[in-house]
Amino acid sequence: MSAPARTRSRTPAAAGRPANEVVLDVRDLTVEYIGPDGAVAACKDVTLSLRRGEILGIAGESGSGKSTLITALTRLQRPPATTTSGSITFHPADGRPGTDLVGLSARELRRMRWSTMSIVLQSAMDALNPVMRLGDQFVDVLRTHYPDLGRNGARDRTTELLAMVGISADRARSFPHEMSGGMRQRATIALALACEPELVVMDEPTTAVDVVMQRQILAQVLRLRREPGFAVIMVTHDLSLLLEAADRIAIMYAGRIVEVGTAAALYRDPAHPYTRGLRDSFPPLHAPLRTLQGIPGSPPDLRRLPSGCPFHPRCPVRVEACVSTTPALVPLPEQEAACLLLTPEESR
Amino acid sequence: MKTTFLSHPKVRFGLVVVGFFVGLAVFGPWLTGTVLGIDPRANDISAIAAPPSSEHWLGTTQFGQDVLAQLIAGARGSMFVGVLAALIGTVLAIVFGVTAGFFGGRTDHILNFVTNLFMVMPVLPLIFIVSGYLQGTGLWMIAIIIGVFGWAGGARTLRAQTLSVRNRDFVLAMRMLGESNPRLIGAEVLPHLGGWIASMFLSAMIGAILAEAGLAFLGISDSGAISWGSMIQAAQSQSAVLRGLWWWFVPPGLCIALIGTAAAMLNFGVDELSNPKLRSATRRVVRRTRRVERAVAADARTA
Amino acid sequence: MSSPTSTATDEGTVLSAVDVSKHFVVRNAVGDSSVVRAVEHASIDLYAGRIVAVVGESGSGKTTLARLLARFYEPTEGEIRLEDVPVGKGAAGRGYHQTVQLIFQDPFGSLNPVHRVWHNLDRALRIHDRRTGRAERRRRAIGLLERVSLTPGADFLDKFPHELSGGQRQRVVIARALAVAPKVLLGDEPISMLDVSIRLEMLNLLGRLSRDEGLAMLYITHDIASARYVCDDVVVMYAGQMIEGGPKERVIGAPAHPYTKLLVESSPDPDRVGTTSRDEQFADAETLGEPPSLIEPPTGCRFHPRCPFAMSRCALQEPPRTDLGDGHWSRCWLHEEGRADEIGAESYSAALARRTTEPAL
Repeated sequence: MSAPARTRSRTPAAAGRPANEVVLDVRDLTVEYIGPDGAVAACKDVTLSLRRGEILGIAGESGSGKSTLITALTRLQRPPATTTSGSITFHPADGRPGTDLVGLSARELRRMRWSTMSIVLQSAMDALNPVMRLGDQFVDVLRTHYPDLGRNGARDRTTELLAMVGISADRARSFPHEMSGGMRQRATIALALACEPELVVMDEPTTAVDVVMQRQILAQVLRLRREPGFAVIMVTHDLSLLLEAADRIAIMYAGRIVEVGTAAALYRDPAHPYTRGLRDSFPPLHAPLRTLQGIPGSPPDLRRLPSGCPFHPRCPVRVEACVSTTPALVPLPEQEAACLLLTPEESR
Repeated sequence: MKTTFLSHPKVRFGLVVVGFFVGLAVFGPWLTGTVLGIDPRANDISAIAAPPSSEHWLGTTQFGQDVLAQLIAGARGSMFVGVLAALIGTVLAIVFGVTAGFFGGRTDHILNFVTNLFMVMPVLPLIFIVSGYLQGTGLWMIAIIIGVFGWAGGARTLRAQTLSVRNRDFVLAMRMLGESNPRLIGAEVLPHLGGWIASMFLSAMIGAILAEAGLAFLGISDSGAISWGSMIQAAQSQSAVLRGLWWWFVPPGLCIALIGTAAAMLNFGVDELSNPKLRSATRRVVRRTRRVERAVAADARTA
Repeated sequence: MSSPTSTATDEGTVLSAVDVSKHFVVRNAVGDSSVVRAVEHASIDLYAGRIVAVVGESGSGKTTLARLLARFYEPTEGEIRLEDVPVGKGAAGRGYHQTVQLIFQDPFGSLNPVHRVWHNLDRALRIHDRRTGRAERRRRAIGLLERVSLTPGADFLDKFPHELSGGQRQRVVIARALAVAPKVLLGDEPISMLDVSIRLEMLNLLGRLSRDEGLAMLYITHDIASARYVCDDVVVMYAGQMIEGGPKERVIGAPAHPYTKLLVESSPDPDRVGTTSRDEQFADAETLGEPPSLIEPPTGCRFHPRCPFAMSRCALQEPPRTDLGDGHWSRCWLHEEGRADEIGAESYSAALARRTTEPAL
């Protein structure tokens, strides 16, 4: 990184620890959907690492494999999806050796969930029990994971958790349907933090809420990530949001990561033509208007992927070799990108 | 979609069995007349209540009638009642249910009232009364009675489904273009109820075949017509069970059970076709996925 | 992007809503009924060749307004005027919808999955003009598809919706609406369910239909940046009321209502990346509040419980409409009190933070 000081100031949680301490290490992860006519890879050779206290954004369109990646990371995947290769190594903060989540049994996973890794889903309504008061759901989770906390202790902790996301204690008596969408989403975030996880995975956490609430939720996540201290993987189709809120961003296209780097680098100087197209797909709020074109064509069907670089049919700068060669991620000063134009001519 | 529907073993079984009985109903007279050469009503005095033999493959009744010939002729009677009653019931259910659901308001109130009335009516006593009135109940009349008294539940289901479809965006969009109500119902709403209607028809058919058998057993039937129900009724009246004449009542009973099972199997297929969520969760998908997982694990061990 | 053309306004309005309100009666499980004031006293004019955007959060009444204009609902108060003629009750018939068409948000829901593209266009063309023959309709259907950039059109006629991508589906939906040769197109968040990379093409298509073909258009959205990109005028709705309107650069560039300012500042703006640190950008953003219930909306100005500039007057009286020149208007007491400069003085969250530390007089 050319500006280490700046990187550090952006991730204050990492201040006291080695800056590159990794909490999650994903190597060559491939997830396939097994159909009657063979397997379709929805995630192909994904390699990612997440540092403590960092917010990693994953952006992609429909069919880019981002949801598949999340269900694989959290081990929530169901047939016909299956992880066919790669590893997901989780490194606990207390210095114990890392564990590969891919090989864990259902029981071991259940123990890990909530206390080390938790999930916030797009639809808060699905995550909350509709026939249980909000506070009781918190007490339930807390008492499962901390049996000696006691009923009163759990209630106090619930009040504390709700206050963290700006929900007053009297709301604990409410049922989910009595709350607004934004409040429900904040409540699920508080619930995900109940057992002080080291990693929170958020799947489109702000898609179902309005812009103002979106901003409030992001502000809360940014603050909380510093205080209790956890790393965040945030998946969304809205790159403009990630550019503002994430430390690093990975761009997915057709099941692969095509570019990964700091938010600033991806905005200022995107190396992959798809990233560039995506960045230029958001009309400016204040800058002078000019006609923008977006990216012609549509995202590909994973069952019928184009040969070579899957982006080549839509790519404005493609060369002949793009049709036949699948590019690998190339390290650049501030990011990595998978585009043949970045690989030296002779090695194409 | 069609290929997955047909590739289902349950569906194939259902189709083959139902098709077989439909064929039996259609070609029955020809089969008994030409192939077997036996009139189901003819009395063979030389063989009274005879067990299965080379001459009478399924034996004969107390009256010396060939059971196989009767079974084939009975297929026609039972299937006729089943199909006609199901047709009448399904059409009534569509007319009442879809119309009520689509138009809502006052139309819905009136039609729904009638539907509820038919739902709470004690059907069996009513059938007794009606058939008592209409002396000489032929199979036609039986089918009509069963159909007319058995549509209310289906209308309920269709009304609920129509309610959920009628305000979908595509119906609103076509309405906004100026599409007429009959066309909106026929071209936009009904295709979405196809799965429901098909499974309603199948279960109505089974219901009607059973009801006909039940009514025949209770003595409400056309004494001249042959159906599986009237065969069992005749066997019962001649104390066939006590006398161990199993070949008289077991074959029609088995036929009823078989066609019931077959229609249920078809229904499973229709269900999965109209509900993709059921499809993806099938055991086959899980098994296929687990197989790949095991292969991956084995590879990892050898590597 | 072309700037608003002044000639278009001279032709008069094609479709307008005059002081319309829509109240819904809802019943809860116990049977108690309450009134939801979804839209109150809203007025809007649509001109040929111009796009008006209505922006607001969910529950602001923007979709209800579009559906009032499409005559899915009868307004509780006020009237809809089509080419300056009031539309009578129950006149949602063929004549009205030959002129006004609505594009739905969800392209997956607004095409019947059991019908091919051809069926949709054929029905629309046949309803529009019963005399055309099949060959002529086919020719026109291909023309419509190519008008929405589905080329070659003939290739798309026999496709089922599930064979098309989201963007292609929405184009088919637009083509179907165009088949009856309407003068007004109402878009209810027409791009929000599409993939990001194809939204711009759709906006460009809408812009072209309006500017080149003279359609009057209403563009409902929660995305201010896209509204700025495609429209000429912007109207901002809050809790069922219109609170600010005018030429887009005036409304978005220099908001004259605190809520508009909040909305603009909350919208993601990648141009901010790198200009200030992220923590500064999100500082004080945690207590921006939420829109009120529409069953018992706040008295006076509906925004006053959240507003950093609220005065005692705001809770008592509804603010009048203040005209600010160039068609820009706002409903806020600050304009009547001569405090309008305060809106633009500092960022919304800074004003809010100051408000919480030093309460107003």
